[in-house]
Amino acid sequence: MASVTYEHVTKCFGDVVAVNDMDIKVEDKEFLVLLGPSGCGKTTTLRLLAGLEEPTEGNIYIEERLVNDVPPKDRDIAMVFQSYALYPHMSVYDNMAFGLKLRKTPKAEIERRVKEAAVMLGIEGLLGRKPKQLSGGQRQRVAVGRAIVREPQVFLMDEPLSNLDAKLRVHARAELSKLHQRLETTFIYVTHDQMEAMTMGTRIAVLRDGVLQQMDTPQVLYESPANLFVAGFIGSPAMNFFEATLVGSVEEMYIDAQSFRVLVPPERAKELKNCLGKDVIFGIRPEDVHDPEFCPPNITAGRVKAKVDVTELMGNEVFLYLLTDSKSFIARVDPRTRARVGDEIEAVLNMDNIHLFDPQTEEAIR
Amino acid sequence: MKDRLRKVLSSAPLHIAILGIALIWSLPSVGLLMSSFRPRNDVLGSGWWTVFQHPFDFTQFQLDNYIHVLTAEGMGRAFLNSLTISIPSTLIPIAVAAFAAYAFAWMEFPGRQTLFVVVVGLLVVPLQMTLIPLLRVYNRLGLAGTFLGIWLAHTGYGLPFAVYLLRNFFGTLPKDLFESAFIDGASHLTAFFRLALPLSIPALASLAIFQFLWVWNDLLVALIYLGGTEAVAPLTLKMANLVNSLGQNWHLLTAAAFVSMALPLVVFLALQRYFVQGILAGAVKG
Repeated sequence: MASVTYEHVTKCFGDVVAVNDMDIKVEDKEFLVLLGPSGCGKTTTLRLLAGLEEPTEGNIYIEERLVNDVPPKDRDIAMVFQSYALYPHMSVYDNMAFGLKLRKTPKAEIERRVKEAAVMLGIEGLLGRKPKQLSGGQRQRVAVGRAIVREPQVFLMDEPLSNLDAKLRVHARAELSKLHQRLETTFIYVTHDQMEAMTMGTRIAVLRDGVLQQMDTPQVLYESPANLFVAGFIGSPAMNFFEATLVGSVEEMYIDAQSFRVLVPPERAKELKNCLGKDVIFGIRPEDVHDPEFCPPNITAGRVKAKVDVTELMGNEVFLYLLTDSKSFIARVDPRTRARVGDEIEAVLNMDNIHLFDPQTEEAIR
Repeated sequence: MKDRLRKVLSSAPLHIAILGIALIWSLPSVGLLMSSFRPRNDVLGSGWWTVFQHPFDFTQFQLDNYIHVLTAEGMGRAFLNSLTISIPSTLIPIAVAAFAAYAFAWMEFPGRQTLFVVVVGLLVVPLQMTLIPLLRVYNRLGLAGTFLGIWLAHTGYGLPFAVYLLRNFFGTLPKDLFESAFIDGASHLTAFFRLALPLSIPALASLAIFQFLWVWNDLLVALIYLGGTEAVAPLTLKMANLVNSLGQNWHLLTAAAFVSMALPLVVFLALQRYFVQGILAGAVKG
């Protein structure tokens, strides 16, 4: 149980800057998810904390202790690798007991902890087996179990679910969340899967090219992304973007995207008075684009004429790929929709949930 | 049915060719084996293949040659000497090489790559070049003619290849395993003994076979550093002497040859499944 602090940490591999001026404070008992596309430096960030890489610049603290020069074994952390990294010649029991044996834990204590962790993970029947006799899901549990028995201050997980099939992954996700609640320890979890990040993280740090983009709770990240990258990366299907201009007056401000023009709600318009006349990038999430027939009440509607290009039935919802002029965007609508390919519809945008970004800096305009 | 017949027929020429080659290849050894069991007069009077004229006449075979060779000619002693030379000369270089290979594969230190290239470069040095200078050093140190001296010599000659093979094998072990072990609290020494060694048994076994066979069959190094005295001469040296002193006694030479072949054969057959695995070691990821 400990907090973790990255203080202006930079890591270079030759000329490549993998992590750039990372400044993060992870609170005690938090479940922090490092999220980003592959090559964004999230794994390097984790390995820096594990002591498998040395920072080029900056300091890393676990609790109050500076750990820059502390070897991995003395950092009191445990890590679950993407490949699980189980010792292939040892039984499950020995895999889990390995770290404890090296720390000269009494035999009875080792046995108690391994048994306890095995019961917690439902692998008590597998303790005598070798890793190659286990399925993917079982191996993953053993890898987690090996981390648990150590009772570390911080758990590090590097994409531990990416080798599981889709169904198992959903299950394992819930298990890990439960585990976090039960152990009350700091978790730092690396993934490129936004679903994992949204469902498991108490906070998410979004990384891009080694630079922290935004760090906040999943809710805030989703509702008010700090920049274009975060907005586009989180959410599936991704947010729709239009190049647009703010026109009109403060009393009656419009977003003009050439092919359509929608009214900005008055309160929002007041906040945006300095941007009047400027180019912006207008973003709206697919679930804020409605079929006019099944439009929820009490929203500030903005109407856009569009042609239905493709429909995708997902069961509980339908994705409509819409075209205004040549610009394509996605709506996530009620499955009862009667829109068919080729139809002209008047899509309703929920103007209460619009996002605006500066086209130069890509930062959100608030 | 028809397909199967065609399959058998189409592969038949290949099988016949392979069988033929195998037969020709093993013919000398078979001849040697037959001769070693035949009495002196038979060996001198007729070819070994004549035993097949009466294949069930077991009186034409006897063990006297072996008994004679092992007792009267001192082959028993030479056999023990060979073992005394070969076993440490196999174990010492592998032990040293394993430590070195681990360091080359997993430890970071300045000049690691250069040092490794130098070690591998030693593979091209012909050992004959080293005989005279090394023997002069041995004479000064009093190591000439001792088992310790030849163990060290074989260790030196075997190390470059051993380091090269093991480093390449260690290098293919997954990095995650070692990192995981370090986080679990392992030092390099622990990682070496608990991870690298147990996971490299195939490579170690095949290396042991290579080194053992090379030392067992070696004549030159033993002759130079040990000399030819009865007390220390290995089988190979004894055999060479037998050719001189018993040049006419084919029945004894054949038996002696088989005595020296026996152990390598046993070692090879016992470890051959590792051998096949180990030769591929590092070549293809399996």
